[in-house]
Amino acid sequence: MSLSRNDVAKVGLLARLALSESDLDTMTRELSTIVGFVGQLEQIDTTNVAPLAHPLDTQNVFRADVPQPSLTTAQALQSAPRHDGEFFLVPAVLGDSGAN
Amino acid sequence: MQPSDMSAVDLVTAVRHGDLTALRATEAFLERIERLDGQINAFLSVDREGALRTAAAIDEKRKKGQPLGPLAGLPVAVKDALCTFDQPTTCASKMLAGFRPPYDAEVVARLRAADAVIVGKTNMDEFAMGGSNENSAFGPVHNPWDLTRAPGGSSGGSAACVAADMAPVAIGSDTGGSIRQPAGLCGITGLKPTYGRVSRRGLVAFASSLDQIGPMARSAGDCALLLETIAGHDPGDATSLESPVPPYGADLDRPLEGVRIGRVPAHFGAGLCPEVAHAVEEAFAAFRAAGATIIDIDMPHADAGVATYYLIAPCEASSNLARYDGAHYGHRAEPGRLHPAEPGGHRAEPGKGSGASGGGFESALVEMYCRSRAEGFGPEVKRRIMLGTYALSAGYYDAYYAKALKVRRLIRQDYLDAFEKVDLIGGPVSATAAFKLGEKSGDPLAMYLVDLYTVCTNLAGVGGISFPCGFTKGGLPIGFQLQAPALAEPLLLRATDRYQHLTDWHRRRPAIAARPR
Repeated sequence: MSLSRNDVAKVGLLARLALSESDLDTMTRELSTIVGFVGQLEQIDTTNVAPLAHPLDTQNVFRADVPQPSLTTAQALQSAPRHDGEFFLVPAVLGDSGAN
Repeated sequence: MQPSDMSAVDLVTAVRHGDLTALRATEAFLERIERLDGQINAFLSVDREGALRTAAAIDEKRKKGQPLGPLAGLPVAVKDALCTFDQPTTCASKMLAGFRPPYDAEVVARLRAADAVIVGKTNMDEFAMGGSNENSAFGPVHNPWDLTRAPGGSSGGSAACVAADMAPVAIGSDTGGSIRQPAGLCGITGLKPTYGRVSRRGLVAFASSLDQIGPMARSAGDCALLLETIAGHDPGDATSLESPVPPYGADLDRPLEGVRIGRVPAHFGAGLCPEVAHAVEEAFAAFRAAGATIIDIDMPHADAGVATYYLIAPCEASSNLARYDGAHYGHRAEPGRLHPAEPGGHRAEPGKGSGASGGGFESALVEMYCRSRAEGFGPEVKRRIMLGTYALSAGYYDAYYAKALKVRRLIRQDYLDAFEKVDLIGGPVSATAAFKLGEKSGDPLAMYLVDLYTVCTNLAGVGGISFPCGFTKGGLPIGFQLQAPALAEPLLLRATDRYQHLTDWHRRRPAIAARPR
């Protein structure tokens, strides 16, 4: 299984990772090798085998629906790259504005 | 006897009896860190003042006759993947450089409540992704047995600091072997408990269905002491187990008569270094001499472990690491700044560069996300995020992720079947002793194959321990691994302890640690 540069560019966008031209070259080569390797699973017969997402037989875990202490606004914002004391500040969500 | 030569069990006993102050013990290890870590790079941060303050407070408590915690005065090094509210937590990533968590991980809180002294945060592969520690954004750890070699990973700093007596015990985390493999390559004892035995709250998430925190120390007895404090149910981690925590140190002396240890002949294939194979077979002989029965068993899907792991772990990682968005905490790209991976200021074209539309990004926000993540993450983390995103994406999900989950069930079934016949499964931890720094770093797949003997434990959710069982002719430690059914940590620790009473491999120290004061 080999991936094209276009595949990798599309995955880069889904993963929110900016990739340069040389990143794309390297990533296309490396991911093709790795995907080729993990593709060996195809040869294993898994007819009637249910997927196992979690190693233990856990059930839903509930707690009482009562308010508990949580982080204060100041604590939640303490490591934010930009904030105004009440909210996280981010660049424009819509449009191709240059403002950050 | 110097505090750095004492076992953790003896150290806390000496502090409790007043034969040693917590301050003296802490100073002794801090002094060793200062002297040795320039060559080893096991620590990303050392909290000298905080450690001395905590130690002095413990001595004060004792003087006043107040009750002391079970780890009173014990210096502990903590992998930098666990949140500490008073010390940086970087996960060895530029993404989290300077990050100060607003709370302590549950394990850290338990260590503090037990009066342990946290001396610093240890180096690791970035976000715990790697088997050599070379993926740290802050430089690799050097193996104390040979500074030109890797200590293993991802808990390489935790393993190396214990091996060089810079801390008597350390906390690691293990997603596919990250405690057991570095313990093996550094000649110490490391336990990956059953999934859910130790709370993951405050452990920076890598692959949530596989991650587990565990103790790393010089002996099984010291691991038992540490596990007893960190294990147990935490309402803050919905996957933590409610089963009561047994006294892990209480039953270590019981002989191994009647214990059945499985040996998997397929482990001894062509890829296994002959020196390692020899030492592992000798360890089986020692267990036989100690009263255990060795039974050959088959793990028919073990060969598929690495491929299964390198789908499931990256898929979970791609989801978990989506939180690093440059908005809430962590690195954020400066507006308009070109990230280093874009030589000459090239901006992405559709279908060529950065995967965004319209000659750049669909919005300033998306640009900020993409650039922050490109600048903050190192190459291996990016590779795994990309691999996981690909395997989860439309059209590939069934062929890769869903397929891997089915094979995961077959692998777990192998364990359930094996544990009908045996109580433990033994074998190598790694196919070779410590490899050279740089030897595998150019070949991601070669590095993944290092995890051959360790990943299935995590996929099955069971426990595993590794400990030294010999040395190569070149003087490098060789590790032995035991795996056990869920919650059989008492047997893992007991079998290891019995072995360590018959052998002295775990007592050997690297030359760098033995140098006169």
